[in-house]
Amino acid sequence: MLIQMFFWSLAAVLLGASIGVITSRNPVFSALYLVLAFFTSAVMWLLIEAEFLAVVLVLVYVGAVMVLFLFVVMMIDINTEELRKGFTRFAPVGGFVALVVAVELITVFLVRNSGLPVLSNPPPHPEGYSNTKELGAVLYTEHVYAFELASFILLLAIIAAIVLTMRKRPGLKVQNIARQVAVRRQDRVRLVSMEAEKD
Amino acid sequence: MESIYLTIVLTPLAAAILAGFFGRLIGRSWSHRLTISGVGVAFALSVYVLKGLWLDGNPAYNGSVYTWMVSGGVHLEVGFLVDRLTALMMTVVTFVSLMVHIYTIGYMKDDPGYQRFFSYISLFTFAMLMLVMANNFLQLFFGWEAVGVVSYLLIGFWYTRPTAIFANMKAFLVNRVGDFGFLLGIATILMYTGSLDYAEVFGMAGQLQRETIEIFDGRVWSALSVACILLFVGAMGKSAQMPLHVWLPDSMEGPTPISALIHAATMVTAGVFMVARMSPLFEYSEAALSFVLVIGATTALFTGFLGVVQTDIKRVVAYSTLSQLGYMTCALGASAYAAGIFHLGTHAFFKALLFLAAGSVIIALHHEQDIRRMGGLRKYLPITYWTSLVGSLALIGFPGSAGFFSKDALIEAVGHASRAGSGYAYFCVLTGVFVTALYSFRMFFLVFHGKERTDEHTREHLHESPWVVTLPLVMLAIPSVIIGWPMIGPMLFGDFFGDAIFVLPANDVLAAIGTDYHGPLGFLLHGLMSPVLLLAAAGVVVAWYLYLRRPDIPAAIRNRFAALHGFLMSKYHFDTLVEKWIPRGSTGLGNLLWRIGDVTLIDGAAVNGSARVVGWVASVVRQIQTGYLYTYAFAMIIGLATLIFWVLYLR
Amino acid sequence: MLTLANYLSVSAVLFSVSVAGIFLNRKNVILLLMCIELMLLSVNFNFIAFSRFLGNTDGQIFVFFILTVAAAEAAIGLAILVVLFRSKRTINVEDLDVMKG
Repeated sequence: MLIQMFFWSLAAVLLGASIGVITSRNPVFSALYLVLAFFTSAVMWLLIEAEFLAVVLVLVYVGAVMVLFLFVVMMIDINTEELRKGFTRFAPVGGFVALVVAVELITVFLVRNSGLPVLSNPPPHPEGYSNTKELGAVLYTEHVYAFELASFILLLAIIAAIVLTMRKRPGLKVQNIARQVAVRRQDRVRLVSMEAEKD
Repeated sequence: MESIYLTIVLTPLAAAILAGFFGRLIGRSWSHRLTISGVGVAFALSVYVLKGLWLDGNPAYNGSVYTWMVSGGVHLEVGFLVDRLTALMMTVVTFVSLMVHIYTIGYMKDDPGYQRFFSYISLFTFAMLMLVMANNFLQLFFGWEAVGVVSYLLIGFWYTRPTAIFANMKAFLVNRVGDFGFLLGIATILMYTGSLDYAEVFGMAGQLQRETIEIFDGRVWSALSVACILLFVGAMGKSAQMPLHVWLPDSMEGPTPISALIHAATMVTAGVFMVARMSPLFEYSEAALSFVLVIGATTALFTGFLGVVQTDIKRVVAYSTLSQLGYMTCALGASAYAAGIFHLGTHAFFKALLFLAAGSVIIALHHEQDIRRMGGLRKYLPITYWTSLVGSLALIGFPGSAGFFSKDALIEAVGHASRAGSGYAYFCVLTGVFVTALYSFRMFFLVFHGKERTDEHTREHLHESPWVVTLPLVMLAIPSVIIGWPMIGPMLFGDFFGDAIFVLPANDVLAAIGTDYHGPLGFLLHGLMSPVLLLAAAGVVVAWYLYLRRPDIPAAIRNRFAALHGFLMSKYHFDTLVEKWIPRGSTGLGNLLWRIGDVTLIDGAAVNGSARVVGWVASVVRQIQTGYLYTYAFAMIIGLATLIFWVLYLR
Repeated sequence: MLTLANYLSVSAVLFSVSVAGIFLNRKNVILLLMCIELMLLSVNFNFIAFSRFLGNTDGQIFVFFILTVAAAEAAIGLAILVVLFRSKRTINVEDLDVMKG
């Protein structure tokens, strides 16, 4: 019962945060609400003993992705008012579509889930069980090709991000180490022999 | 033997190529020397072949020399079938062609297209030989079309004259109508027998008779009858049978040697030859033979009437040709193929003679062709006069002449036929004899006897034509007189043709006549007592009385029966029909189809319409393609929702 | 005790909220990206819940890969955004209609 209450309060926070994400006037707030939503989700995942993914969610999403979002939001000077024009015009449509999707999805698992071998009450994992170890055992054996592919995708993302955002700014003063090292004496110093000044 | 046949065919072709493409280079005299020697070689070899087949009794040759292609089991080949029928045709064709070649030297002396002309007539000889020597339908069709092309070229030889262009176009178009039927006939035969080879097709004739074809719903016809009638439609075009005869009188726009060679002696008889060649097929189809008989009889009589009112010397002869072609066709329809071919042969001689004689008159009068402005030419043109007389007598069937034997036998055969329409045909050919005599001697008297209606200037220059003109006249006059005597026995009542012509015993009218046949002399005596001779004599007498004795009567008759005269002058309104109503009708139909079918349906609805629909759909759909990211996102989300909805509730 | 239905309901609502978010913030690319992150989160919810209640770890492996790909997507998406802003001085979707032919 306690855990039920805990779950529903977390769910309330999660939904509130997500509504905050989509309605905030300021994108910075949206991003912060999203951080909150991720945190709450991580806790909810912990409730069903998915510890590794909960931690990864916090580390990767909150620690990396959301920081990136915040960084971009702050770096870019956005005219928020301009972007929010017509916000309410699409609200009814959006609400209707969202409602339809929600009803449909809930129908799926409330009405049509008969015959699914669902454990209504999964037994708790035994003492000394490690979710991380369990995942690792499968990830590096069965799914090793997918894992390698995922690493490749990450590499690709890194390179793509760099290539996309890198730019040459004209007029920027930069050092050219190679030219500095390769310089010779006669390039720099010219000895001039002059007549001594006489009064 | 094969090399001989190839030589016969290819020598005229080679001469034609040389004279045609290098005519300017080799000059006028070498042009005619080359072509004449080419045709001369062909003639000599043809005679040799005929002698071999007839006198030495060599077997007929049937073989292919070249396979063009094999497609779907059908062999398309060039091959020769040379039996006595072929050999006879070859000899006739090359002989007349040779005469015409020689005659042309005189007739075309001053013409700038001299080499071109010789090239054409040599080419014609080649095409005609290909036609008669074919051993399969494809080659027959090739020859058929090739002679058509040369005929077109020659009718329009003087291509600066609008009338010549009009005439050759007309000939070409009318022949297309016939060729359409001919091609369909060949296609029908190919469809039911799977072969184009004569021997194979003829072997299947009996089987073909039992096949039926359903062209319109519920009407079942014998495939053989359909094929034969379609083939005969081709013959109607080429041999100028009613109602496809309209091109032949107009073709007289061409030079006279051509009228003699192509439009009297050889090409127009191709249809007759073709039907005789196809006798194994036609024999099995009573319906087709009746059709042939009626068409031939109608042509024989009714075109003869037209000859009576014509005033152009060449047109009179042209209508006479039409009428005689009708006679030949009639003989075919009566199953007397041999009589048809016999008449074809004799007719080739005397009709070519008449044309060349007419040409000689035309030269002498400096290209005056109206017989009302001739008259009394006998003393100026003695050779032409006598040869003309021989030709006219042969034409009307004067006892003893070639025309007598062939025509009398032909009429007798038609009289003996018991086919549907044979009564009508017998009436037509008998009446035709009188009409033939009337128009022939009307022309003869108007040209050579009576008052001299030529003007002073022409009369001063009147003289007999040069020897190159008169030699062919004499050469043609000789067979016109004598050819009947030796040929009638073997050709009509003997077994000259052997297997080349096939007649069912029940239809064999010539054999029925043959029981009473006791040599040419007996035939002659028998002919003297027949109504045919009386009718011919009556025709001559009437012509003499009306045009020499009382020249005022024809005018009176003309005024009295103005309507009938007008009807005959307008050639039964066939020309009006062909030149005015059919073009107008087809133009109207074409316009209608163009406006409704093309402009409205195809251009409007199908082409522009589909483009317009695409444009309209695009203009609607492009509203959706805003280019904004969120539109696509919305589309995806709504699509997703719809998909889930469908999976959940509708499936 | 918690049931599968609890988790799935929460995830469904979360998904619909993010759908509504896409409709509402259709002009702001950054918020669109955030909504997509929310959607992925709801999907991850489903995977983890099924994995737990069906006793199969494959679902969690799937989430692992989704996180990886989402991180990559966010990085590239934001990089594109930065480039876009640099050249156009705006991230308003209504000004970005070059996709229209």
